[in-house]
Formats: sequence, structure tokens, C-alpha cells
Amino acid sequence: MRLDTPHGPVLYLDGVTVSFDGFKALSSLSLIIEPGELRCIIGPNGAGKTTMMDVITGKTRPDTGDVFFGEANDLTQLSETAIAELGIGRKFQKPTVFRNHTVVENLELALNTDKGVFHTLGAKLTPQQAERIDQTLDVIGLRAHARRTADLLSHGQKQWLEIGMLLMQEPRLLLLDEPVAGMTDAETARTGELFQSLAGKHSLVVVEHDMHFVASIARTVTVLHEGRVLAEGTMDRVREDPRVVEVYLGR
Amino acid sequence: MTGVLAMARPLESRRVLAAVAASYAALVILVPLFNLAVPAQSAFHLSDYTVALLGKILCYAIVALAMDLIWGYTGILSLGHGLFFALGGYAMGMYLMRSIGTEGVYGSTLPDFMVFLDWKELPWYWLGSQRFLQACLYVVLAPGLLALVFGFFAFRSRIRGVYFSIITQALTFAFMLLFFRNQTGFGGNNGFTDFKRILGFPIASPRTKVALFVLSATALLGALLLCRSLVLSKFGRVLTAIRDEESRLRFCGYDPVGYKLFVWTASAVICGIAGALYVPQVGIINPSEMSPANSIEIAIWVAVGGRASLIGPVLGAALVNGAKSVLTVTFPELWLYVLGLMFIVVTRYMPRGIFGLLQRGRRP
Repeated sequence: MRLDTPHGPVLYLDGVTVSFDGFKALSSLSLIIEPGELRCIIGPNGAGKTTMMDVITGKTRPDTGDVFFGEANDLTQLSETAIAELGIGRKFQKPTVFRNHTVVENLELALNTDKGVFHTLGAKLTPQQAERIDQTLDVIGLRAHARRTADLLSHGQKQWLEIGMLLMQEPRLLLLDEPVAGMTDAETARTGELFQSLAGKHSLVVVEHDMHFVASIARTVTVLHEGRVLAEGTMDRVREDPRVVEVYLGR
Repeated sequence: MTGVLAMARPLESRRVLAAVAASYAALVILVPLFNLAVPAQSAFHLSDYTVALLGKILCYAIVALAMDLIWGYTGILSLGHGLFFALGGYAMGMYLMRSIGTEGVYGSTLPDFMVFLDWKELPWYWLGSQRFLQACLYVVLAPGLLALVFGFFAFRSRIRGVYFSIITQALTFAFMLLFFRNQTGFGGNNGFTDFKRILGFPIASPRTKVALFVLSATALLGALLLCRSLVLSKFGRVLTAIRDEESRLRFCGYDPVGYKLFVWTASAVICGIAGALYVPQVGIINPSEMSPANSIEIAIWVAVGGRASLIGPVLGAALVNGAKSVLTVTFPELWLYVLGLMFIVVTRYMPRGIFGLLQRGRRP
């Protein structure tokens, strides 16, 4: 199932339409994410950002249109679990971590391994798995907190831990919904660095309201409006686009 | 990088393990010594009654451990664990009834209650119950299979929280009514009693009682070590994750149903074994063991002792039952008030129970 796509895009949406009781949440949306890309998606409320995430993760089925992961995986035909196993990790807005487990234990639970009862009963960390946990601790910058329980972490640290848990599942595509909401400035800056270090190895799609944050990390920005792509390009280009100004300032 | 997952939690501390080992040694050496070797007129003599009482409390402590596994660690409150305890007790009781042989009141090879009902032969489910090993198999299978089937449907249907608790309460009540019927073939409301011997040893002799006591203490130690290794493993961490954030766990790729079913069934089997040790020591098993109140009391032992600590529930079972045996003799009408008060005080002021109090100030 898992085909490598060294040349093609990692995610390909074409003409995707979703309507709820006649209201078009997405209308003929097209989007292409290249391997290793860091893409920011912005747009006013109701622009279809969350619906788009739902379509990619299999939670919502499109009425029409194609959704492909790599070249061979038609996401409209796969279950949510199957899509997660293919390597698409999604982070919701509110951080949910296992609060009575330590940081290391949280990462251990998220490890990409057999998750059946009988396998877990005898599970011991292999050196490779221990190594992965170790590396992830560095990536998310929580090495100093490795043995603290998650409920003792700050809001920002919990968000990083959850991103670390997604990374443990070795995803190729990460979908992040408002990752810096509620973070302090320092935490936001740190998160920006984290995303830039992840890009290249993973493809990232970040949905965010915080314009300063988007400006600081974005290479390509996509503006959604009324379920379709309004503009796409660098932050500066998008910012000067009269239609974007109209949508953001005109109301 | 071994030891990365190790933390300063009480179950891992050497001191706690040493205290457990010392308590076990004290029980299995001192109790037989003061009961059998010290003459009855001495002030230090431990009466047979006390030995039986202590043995009974040890069995309750095993049940409390089983309850902690499912409630404290997995977050599933069962209010029907008395049923599994009673089923294990009944399975052992069948063997003890058959061991009476022809020494019953009616001198028949059939148990007295069957003669009384004018039954001519054993029902099919009593066949082979005179064999001890088969009885031991039933001790495990009866609660185990019931828990497996019940749990399969309950967990697959995602029945959770208070709904699950109410259904387990109804389950034990339904079984109590079933066992009250004479036609069910388990002695109706009188249950089984008047046992004569176990494995050929006279059941009322002090030596047999001491042997059963030592066996119960060993079973408790075994259950404690087994539960400890479970909760300290990755399996145990998945259980706690089910308790804290079940949907997040599902999102990590785990199917909680299998985990719940495994720990639920294991917990029921542990209760059954405790029941099998309990019956020869108290000399009776009847449907009142399945009464809803009994199962609720189990939850109170665990809450009083301190959930999710294993040691706490053992202490809780000992403390509550110790207080019960003293109070029901001195102020019988006060006991239920004291029990209720204990429960209120613990849930309101001591969410981590007695063990939480003992641990206070010890966290690094």
C-alpha cells in the first residue's frame, strides 16, 4: 500500500466539494503539497479549513473530487485508521496527552509498533525504539522534562509533547490545527523553529490564525475563502493581493 | 537506556517491597506459631477464631487487589465483583460438598439438600466435582468465562462509566436470585455448609485452618506481585491511558476493547481464586455473597485504601474488615453508619486514600 513518491506530490486534492444541507463547506478545492513542504493555510472563520482536514483524514467524505496520498492511495476510499496508518498524523487544537504518564511514557505509548494486547503484555523497548524516543526528546526540546508527568508541563510543552507523539508514529504528512493558540511569544517562536526543522523530513500543513507566526515560518501560504483557494504564494504576495485584503478587511 | 521508564513511584521502591516481604514473613511465621505452638491458656495464644478471621481478611484483600486493577488502574468501576468471588467459592464448595461423602444427615452419597429435594441423581454440572483438580479448574473457568462473555458485549458496545457499574450491579443481583432458587441445584438460600474435610484433612482442625491461612497469605503475595508486574509494564501504562484519555489512546492506534477484556477477565479470575480460599475457611457459601451490597463494600475497601496503588487496597480491605469485625460485635447497629462515614470522609478529604496519606511528603 505504502508507495514511495520521490517525484510526485505527497498530497493531491482536486475539485473537492463537500456540502452540508446545501451549504458548500468546500467548493471545488484543489491543493497540492510537495514532499517536505511546510504549507500554511489561513482564512477567515468558515473558510473550510477544518473541513479540509476532515476530508484528508477520512472523517468527512467529499461529494465529488479526488484526494490522493502519494500516487496510489485514494483517501476517499480508506477508513480513518487506515489513513492514520499510511502516515498522516493530525494534531487537534486542544492538546491531549496522557497526564499521569511521564513525557517518555507518552512517547512510548505512541511508538509505531504492534498495538495488540498480547504483544503489549511482553513488550520491551528495543534499542532502536529507545533511540527513537531519545531523538524525539531532542526534537521537541523536552529532554530536561523526560521523567516529569505530563500534567506538570506548561501548555506549550504539552503541545510539543503531542507533536512528539505524532512523530513517534513516523508520519509523512502532519496536519496541525492552530498549533500556537494560547502559547506565549517565546513558546510560539520555539514552535516555529520546531516546524522548520521538521520540514524536509516530513510534509507539514499548518492551519493558523496567528499572522505573525505564519509570516515567520511560511514559505508558501494558501488563503481559503468560502471553500475554495483564494490566493496562493509567498506571504508578501498574498498580503498584497487585493482579494485577500478585501476578505480580511472588508468585513 | 534501560531505566529510562523507571520513576520514583511507590510500587518500585525497594522499601515498599521489603515491607511487603516482611509482612508476609511475619504472617506465615507468627500466626501459626502463636496458634499452634503457644498453649491455649497463655495470653499470647491466638484463637482459632482469630486465625479464621485473619484468613478471611486475606481473601478479601485479594479481591481488593483485583478491584484495584480494574477500577484504580483502568477506571472501570465494577459493582459486581462479589459475584466472581462467590462463583469461585461455589466451585470450591461443590468439591467440599462431595467430600462429605455419606457422612451427611441423610447418609446419602448425594449432598443433603439434593436428598431433601428428593433428587435421585446428581445434575450433569455436578459430574466430576468430587475431583479436587477439576474443582480448581471450575474456580478459574466459572468467573473467567462469565467475565469474558459479559465483558465482550459490554466493552464492544462501548458501555462505560456509571452505566457499566449499574449493569454489573444488576448482574450480581440476577445471579443472586438465580442461586436462591432450589431448582438451580446449588442449595438454594442455604447454599453449601457442614463441610467435613478438604483433600482428606479434617476441615475444622487447627492445623488445616493454619494451612489454609498460610495458603491465603501466599496467594495474596502472589496476586500482589502479579498485579505489580502488570501495572509496571507497558500493558499497565496502556490501562492507565484508557482510564485517563481513552479516545486519545484509540487515536494512537490502540483498540481498548481487547485491553479492557483482558484485565476484566483477569480481575474476575483473581476474585474467583480468593472465593475458593475463603469458603473452606469460613465453612459456608450462600447466595448472600452475591448481594449488591457486598460488591459495593469491595469498592469501599479500595477507595479507603487508595486507588491505583495496589498496597492501599490491601490495607483498606484489612482496615475496613478489621473495624467491621470489632464493631459488629460491640456496636452492631453502628456499623453501617461507620462504613458510610468512612466512605464520605475518604472521597471528600482523602482522594488518594490511606496510602496517599502515608505517601504524603515522600514525593521527590
